[in-house]
Amino acid sequence: MKRRKIDVRTLPAKAGNEVEDRLGVATPLRGIINKVFPDHWSFLLGEIALFSFIVLLLTGTFLTLFFEPSMKEVTYDGSYAPLRGVHMSAAYASSLDLSFDVRGGLIMRQMHHWAALVFMGAIVVHMLRIFFTGAFRKPREVNWIIGSLLFWIGFLAGFTGYSLPDDGLSGTGLRIASAIMLSIPLIGTWLTSSIFNGEFPGEIIISRFFIAHVLLIPALLVALISVHLALVFKQKHTQWPGPGRTNNNVVGERFFPRYTIKQAGFFMAVAGVIALLAGAMQINPIWLFGPYEAGVVSAASQPDWYVMFLDGSTRLMPAWQINIGIGNGYVIPPIFWPTVVLPGFLTMLPMLYPFIEARLNRDNKIHNLLQRPRDVPQRTALGMMAVAFFLVLVLSGGNDVIADKFNISLNAMTWAGRIGLLLLPPIAYYVTYRICLGLQQHDREVLAHGVETGIIRRAPDGRFYEVHQPLGHDHEELEYAGWVVPKKMNRLGALGPALKGFFRPIERPAEAPVSPGHPPIEPAPERREIESKH
Amino acid sequence: MTLQTTGSNGNDHKSSVPAEIDYDDPRTTRFEKVKAAARQDGVEIVHYEPQFPERGSKTEKRMTRTVSLMFLLVGLFGTAFVVLYIAWPWRWEQGNVLMKWYTPLLGITLGLTALFIGFAILTWGKKLLPREVSIQERHDGGSPEGDRRAVGQTLAYMVEELGVKRRPLLGLAAAAGLAPVAVVFAAPIVGGLIKNPHADNQMFTTGWAPIKEANGGTRLIRLTREDGTPIRPGDVSAGGQMTVFPGIPGGASNAHADSPTLLIHLRPDDGAVARANNVKGTGHNKFSTADFMYGDFIAYSKICTHAGCPASLYEQQTNRLLCPCHQSQFLITDNAKPVFGPASRSLPQLPLAVDDEGYFVAKSDYQATVGPDFWERP
Repeated sequence: MKRRKIDVRTLPAKAGNEVEDRLGVATPLRGIINKVFPDHWSFLLGEIALFSFIVLLLTGTFLTLFFEPSMKEVTYDGSYAPLRGVHMSAAYASSLDLSFDVRGGLIMRQMHHWAALVFMGAIVVHMLRIFFTGAFRKPREVNWIIGSLLFWIGFLAGFTGYSLPDDGLSGTGLRIASAIMLSIPLIGTWLTSSIFNGEFPGEIIISRFFIAHVLLIPALLVALISVHLALVFKQKHTQWPGPGRTNNNVVGERFFPRYTIKQAGFFMAVAGVIALLAGAMQINPIWLFGPYEAGVVSAASQPDWYVMFLDGSTRLMPAWQINIGIGNGYVIPPIFWPTVVLPGFLTMLPMLYPFIEARLNRDNKIHNLLQRPRDVPQRTALGMMAVAFFLVLVLSGGNDVIADKFNISLNAMTWAGRIGLLLLPPIAYYVTYRICLGLQQHDREVLAHGVETGIIRRAPDGRFYEVHQPLGHDHEELEYAGWVVPKKMNRLGALGPALKGFFRPIERPAEAPVSPGHPPIEPAPERREIESKH
Repeated sequence: MTLQTTGSNGNDHKSSVPAEIDYDDPRTTRFEKVKAAARQDGVEIVHYEPQFPERGSKTEKRMTRTVSLMFLLVGLFGTAFVVLYIAWPWRWEQGNVLMKWYTPLLGITLGLTALFIGFAILTWGKKLLPREVSIQERHDGGSPEGDRRAVGQTLAYMVEELGVKRRPLLGLAAAAGLAPVAVVFAAPIVGGLIKNPHADNQMFTTGWAPIKEANGGTRLIRLTREDGTPIRPGDVSAGGQMTVFPGIPGGASNAHADSPTLLIHLRPDDGAVARANNVKGTGHNKFSTADFMYGDFIAYSKICTHAGCPASLYEQQTNRLLCPCHQSQFLITDNAKPVFGPASRSLPQLPLAVDDEGYFVAKSDYQATVGPDFWERP
């Protein structure tokens, strides 16, 4: 206390110690910093969803500052001249104000909408990655279920969100939603009138959707996303098989610094792409649709892309109405099957799939190594079957636009969709299955006979044959390991590696990687138990 | 919690790991200390290789310049964003071309700003930092056996202590007493929201229902345009059509979302076909539609019986009405029965007449149920 001389170099350490004395963060922090994450481009897909969700929260909060969730009728007198004097709901008027009378409001609106599309897209692609690589297997079933739920909650978030502006397009969507709820046997009318507080559209649905969209659903999303991430952290990320990688370790980079830096950079990149999309591509120009009127609709009214598959299933459904002749008679309308029963199946089936597969394979083991799609042909084929089913539905959701643009009969498009929905998935199954087997076969061939060298030899008796470079020592056959097999000589280092660099080659070409994106691994001497075969 | 697990796991597993690291030992480098610290978490840094073997090489300098340039571009685009945000004309004005560029310019500058921050960080991390491969042990299969037993025994002990088994009355009473509490929590939520869908017979009535006058008579509802003006037969030419609303206050508003109706003036021969089919009926209706038309005028509900969209695309040549939402098609000349698509029910027909003043009126409300189908529709 005699001399107060501050040594700047010791300040961080001192500050750290002060924090440590109070909070005791060093031990857990060491664990986090040292945590190893495996690296592969496909592991970033889920992060796109996470990052666009952050963009959604930020832009959405801005929008709530200006949006008025009310169906009270007002007369518009904002800047946008074509609608001046038109009667509309306060919700629609305030959405117009957000677009025209709030500085930078439109870019926020468009970023919010684009981020929602990216969010849902990333979720779907991420789920496909998880499915096709078998990352949902024990012990990660819970995270797979949470992920499927996140899709459907995101779906609800999207629907309640784009219904809020109360424009001509979203009002039509809302009416269809009310029809879907009405179609549910026994409780349909009660459910609908309870939600709309009377007959469609009532006067309160926008306020209810608003609180669902800005509080209830985001709270649920935040909660589930937190659990999702915590589980990834706790269970550690899966990894591809490869040199030095086993079911009992994680090979990759430590959380800090490289992994963190990549995450930060990737977040900014995702945000940047969303901003570019929002600036360059107009989305949901509500001022062109006009306010919602029950008697007005325009052709080509499509929902957002993640709702389109349900629109498609609704269009393809034949007019099969079930009449029940008890008492006055009861009805199950055809819209019930494609919009209530089908989504019900689509929710339950994926959630149960990990358990079904484990049961069929009598598999109770813990799996931390991913499988290449070709190595599990049945699963891959099933997945492609689902993708084909989904794609037919999505395309059918826009079949009127396709019919219009390509000058095809609309009825022909509907029939093509109906037939395609039944025919294409099995075809997709068969084709995928064969492709998987073919790819596997080719890998096995290389393991057995070696890499094609491109050298043709002529034997003394006149026969021609191609020289193969065996991979193992002394022509021993290598075991099939479920990982990338080198198929070109330069992958073996036998030829010069392909030069990298966009304008000119990079100084020192990378060594021939055994697993893409990674330098070869020499296992640490004291850890000899790691098998080198994988 | 999860964090702590990772943190502590390293300690109890590693026998090869040195228990103490001398962080003040001048003989070891900082990297060696980092490596030793990583081992405490079961992490082995097996490969750590600088991207540039020789410091200050040409490539390193080039990479450094690239990253620096990216940061400078961030500044450039960021400044551009702020300047545009403040200075560019942004308010909507008829015919103002500059204003139209406001949002695209903001998006592009903001996007490039964020993208270059991202790329700069990514390049820094991927191209300048050393490459590394670390291996961490996994510890799957849950908690150690001892912990499992400890928790299990404790829980079992607690159950024992509560003594529900020894005192069954307690359990029964608690169950019986607490059961209504679930309803107590649910009641305010459900009870507040629940609304009878059949109040005022709302599912089966529209704005077209004749109004009972004070003097005991009934007033038929006029067909009006959106602005409320009534319509005479002469207002719609043959082959033409018009969306009409009930001539009541707010008849064209969304408060009467079931009422929009399509009034069609058929050409004479189509009109004859439609009339004949009206007489025949659909086979489903329990009422006669024989006299629902007025001359060659015919009126159907515009609200699709499938999902409630306005079925508004009328094809004159084929007399089909198409709903743009799910492409249900209705044949106007045959009781508007569905001929294609997912709709399973004809559009309800509005019985037409003309009043003393020569304006169209609805003879009664719709006889069939308007709009999307539901369970208890008779």
